[in-house]
Amino acid sequence: MFGAGGGTSSYREVEETDLIILWGSNARETHPIFFHHVLKAVHSGARLFVIDPRRTSSAQWADAWLGLDVGTDIALSNTMAREIIHAGLTNERFIERATTGFEEYRASVEPWTLEEGERVTGVPAQVIRELAHAYARADRAILCWTLGITEHVTAVDNVLALINLALLTGHVGRYGSGLNPLRGQNNVQGGGDMGAIPNKLPGFQDVQDDHEARARFEAAWGTKLPPQRGWHLSQMFDAMERGELRTLYVLGENPAQSEADSKRAHELLGGLEFMIAQDILMTGTCEMADVVLPSSASWCESQGGTVTNSERRVQRMQKALDPPGDARDDSWIICELARRLGHDWGQPTPEEAWDELRALSPMHAGMSYARLEELGGIQWPCPSEDHPGSPFLHGRLWAEPIEGPPAPFSVTRWVPPIDELDDDVPIRLTTGRRLDSYNTGVQTGLYRSPLRRGETLDLSPQDAATLDVEPGEIVRVSSRRGSIEAPVRLDTGLRPGLAFMTMHFPDDIDVNILTIDATDPKSGTAEFKATAVRVEKVDGRERAAAGVTSGEAGK
Amino acid sequence: MDVRLLDAEPTASERDAVDAFLGPSLAIWAGADAVDDGRAAHGGHAARAQRHLLLPTLHALHERAGWISPGGLNYVAQRLTVPPADVYGVATFYALFSVDERPPRVVHVCDDVACRCAGSEALIAQLEERFGPQDTEVDGASWLRSPCLGQCDRAPAALLTEAGESPLERELTMVDAEGVIAILAGGTPPEPPSTTPPQAGEPSLRLLRRVGPVDPESLDDYRAHGGYDALRRALELGPEGVIREVIDSGIVGRGGAAFPMGRKWDAVARQPRRPHYLICNADESEPGTFKDRVLMEGDPFAVVEAMTIAAYATGCEQGYLYVRGEYPLARDRIVNAVELARERGFLGPDILGHGFTFEIEVRKGAGAYICGEETAVFGSIEGYRGEPRNKPPFPVVEGLFRLPTVVNNVETLINVLPIVLEGGPAFAQIGSERSTGPKLFCVSGAVGTPGTYEVPFGTTLRELLDLAGGVTPNLRAILLGGAAGGFVTPDDLDLRLTIEDAREFRTTLGSGVVLAIDDTVDLGRLLMVIAAFMRDESCGQCVPCRVGTVRQEEAVARLLSGRPRGSVQDELALIAEIGQAMRDASICGLGQTASSAIESAIERLGAFA
Repeated sequence: MFGAGGGTSSYREVEETDLIILWGSNARETHPIFFHHVLKAVHSGARLFVIDPRRTSSAQWADAWLGLDVGTDIALSNTMAREIIHAGLTNERFIERATTGFEEYRASVEPWTLEEGERVTGVPAQVIRELAHAYARADRAILCWTLGITEHVTAVDNVLALINLALLTGHVGRYGSGLNPLRGQNNVQGGGDMGAIPNKLPGFQDVQDDHEARARFEAAWGTKLPPQRGWHLSQMFDAMERGELRTLYVLGENPAQSEADSKRAHELLGGLEFMIAQDILMTGTCEMADVVLPSSASWCESQGGTVTNSERRVQRMQKALDPPGDARDDSWIICELARRLGHDWGQPTPEEAWDELRALSPMHAGMSYARLEELGGIQWPCPSEDHPGSPFLHGRLWAEPIEGPPAPFSVTRWVPPIDELDDDVPIRLTTGRRLDSYNTGVQTGLYRSPLRRGETLDLSPQDAATLDVEPGEIVRVSSRRGSIEAPVRLDTGLRPGLAFMTMHFPDDIDVNILTIDATDPKSGTAEFKATAVRVEKVDGRERAAAGVTSGEAGK
Repeated sequence: MDVRLLDAEPTASERDAVDAFLGPSLAIWAGADAVDDGRAAHGGHAARAQRHLLLPTLHALHERAGWISPGGLNYVAQRLTVPPADVYGVATFYALFSVDERPPRVVHVCDDVACRCAGSEALIAQLEERFGPQDTEVDGASWLRSPCLGQCDRAPAALLTEAGESPLERELTMVDAEGVIAILAGGTPPEPPSTTPPQAGEPSLRLLRRVGPVDPESLDDYRAHGGYDALRRALELGPEGVIREVIDSGIVGRGGAAFPMGRKWDAVARQPRRPHYLICNADESEPGTFKDRVLMEGDPFAVVEAMTIAAYATGCEQGYLYVRGEYPLARDRIVNAVELARERGFLGPDILGHGFTFEIEVRKGAGAYICGEETAVFGSIEGYRGEPRNKPPFPVVEGLFRLPTVVNNVETLINVLPIVLEGGPAFAQIGSERSTGPKLFCVSGAVGTPGTYEVPFGTTLRELLDLAGGVTPNLRAILLGGAAGGFVTPDDLDLRLTIEDAREFRTTLGSGVVLAIDDTVDLGRLLMVIAAFMRDESCGQCVPCRVGTVRQEEAVARLLSGRPRGSVQDELALIAEIGQAMRDASICGLGQTASSAIESAIERLGAFA
């Protein structure tokens, strides 16, 4: 945020804070290692608030759970903000010194009374008030979020709405106070840091606006760089639809199975002229590809390299196993591909590649391999070799006077999810993950887990009773885009009108047939979290034919 | 919070019993059917802070159902957000709880040392013959053997527990097989026997002076006999003044460890961490001990007053009185006293207008000898297994809920009343130089009049036994201090009963047990009972005690059966070696004293020789 995409706090700070909000995150199951840090805090007295439409296992640890309607996060945030302002709990000194745009923001949240917040979000006014006061009054408070915030058409505004709360209360830039998106993999952060996003060069240097940086990269690489932003994934699919994108090189992604509205994704990928897929396993996307390049697993089979975790800590990786068969390191494949296309880059070692990055990305400049080894990882930014790294970001906002530009408040307007509920599709389906599986199951499907129970449609007991369906019974789930069949499971953590599925078993039940590919124009993230569906009984004949996954459904 | 429940469902009655105690549940994951509209729920610290209610919740369930069924256990786990395995661990820690189905009506028949001297084995043999073997249901009733029930002055004793809507617990004293069988068959048990010690009414008494002559259920009668004079005096002295008197009195703890009480109080009073807690440990379970029961039954307001003074001196706002589950009458009397005291402003906020707040919660034990240990009682109150903790940190620094805590037993606390009223220096004049004050002894077995006797420290064993009506000519041994104590012989009757004399004589006064054993008692079997008791009561936490008590029992059994491994001398050497290992390496007093009675019997009585 404020330019660099990374969590502001260290795990250690999470353990030593006074209040933690998990917003749109079931970290207990989806970020279990991070949740251990949360638990350390909880066990030493920190209060935990969980905001999630579902009463998740994270919510069961919380002092209070706020079960908002899917897609009403901005409404909740704006209501909290108005309450904080009206209760006189803002950090006036911080707002005055370190932020801009407060007056406009204040005016924009004014209509969000507690009553209005309750009407839109469904959360009782007094609980919203409780959270607002607790957050504003805490000496230290950390706000964490995951895909419950970002898998919406208002993804970026959702995040901005949370940042507003931190600015309002001064809960950023201090030890134990911060804003933290939780990363789903060991190196999601590192991918962004290295420029694997359409608008940034490595080190979050803007490809379009930062001429100086672009010139540096051009000089180092000896080539001209296109000055305009690239496409994000959703834009790529749009480009495929328009026929502008005809060749695709997919590295370590499984878009054939992970994209919303997978029927459309399938058609578009199938219509490409040429597709290369590079992966450690034979994914659904690999099966559609013209060429499959088997790569080694970078976290254990590659020689060297680094990963960066959610607290921005860059860590060295070590090889533990030889890759199977002809599998090669991703970097080897890329360089070899370049050579055969007429650009011989040689075969730089990971350290040589890293040192090039350090020369180009100021925030990585101080992280030599030797230092990374010695210090057990370093948190960026680390601009020089005598810099210890940065446990938390934006301390500059508290400097006297502040360093750099002030942090802007953003006016965030609430809009309901695109896929509206009506009499035809009256149930809100939201998707997510479970403890035992990961995303489309590429990395977890090969392992057995006693917890794994296959795909199910999780319903509230009340809805199941209304629909006259039993646990384990196969039902048809239909959205405006398609229809699938799945066994029912009862979940008392769901309220009537709310249903839940995962995307872990696309080969058995392709949930993304249902989801909508409406995307946030700012981030390109699809609205996986809000699908309008209808659930219907199917008769016994069809039940026998339906594809039930392994494991005991309904348990 | 990560509580994975069993599939078992509670019955409506079990659910009702738990809800009646805990109140209605607030969140769906705490067992509520549908409490809210699915929009918000509270839990977290507030829910987890209920863990300390686990033991009383299990009592509520057990008293209703007679046992802890999987469904009931599951429901308790859900209500308190405690994993079922944890609940099971706690439930199975206590002898009075059963996780196997039991009939509602159970008679626990004491077969411990004192009752054994009073013919309990003959009684049990008759029960087996006329009713059936133990733990076998006949028409909704069964009987079980039990360790010491603390009724040694009126042995043989038993305890009736009857589960149901209005559960009943009643101590049965001087029972015979006839009476037990009648009760098992559904007969009405007799009213609890009166608590009148043999010395009742003697003017020289300090600790027992109100026991007997004063109505234990009337606060007015208590006040008419000097009740609450001491608290008033304490408020005049101020907290530091009270502690000064206690230090000057030279009093040491009466539970067995003989730690200076004034130093303990002073240490807690000085702790900056708040709140401080006070525990009156009335889990009096040392076989042969019953003096605290007599005090609680006979002078319960004095216990409450003494706790109030202790709390005032040490800065505690919350006190717990942890009374053993086998003492229903004592518990009723204490609960009544606490309620009346609260009603009259002797407990609660702003006591006697002095701005001092104190509350007492009565906690019921469930049959675990180890909970008499000063740190084990913390775990029990907190809702965990009552396992002792390593020291340091000492309870005065880190006790109940990891906060500074005063732990005293009933007799020790009661002494604060004469200390405050007469002054510390005057109190110090009583008894010997290093063992000051009066002392209660639990005299039982082969004596004329068993009972609780109050004498100054320094009285000889002979004088005490004479006071109790003298001993029979066929006296074989005297057990001092209970199962954790040691035997002396009829030649040792001139022993002065002081802590220092006992120590010099390599024995202990322990909790004040004086159990006279004549030659009608099978000494070998008695030692076997003690060895089995220690094995059964070892909490199992530390190896020397967990393994040592088993090996000791095995060795005693081999000696008793006349089939020693190697020679008798080898076995005796093994027992000595096990005892040494337990003394050296156990973390608490149970292991450290688990062999002392047996070793003393070998040494002084020539057992197994």
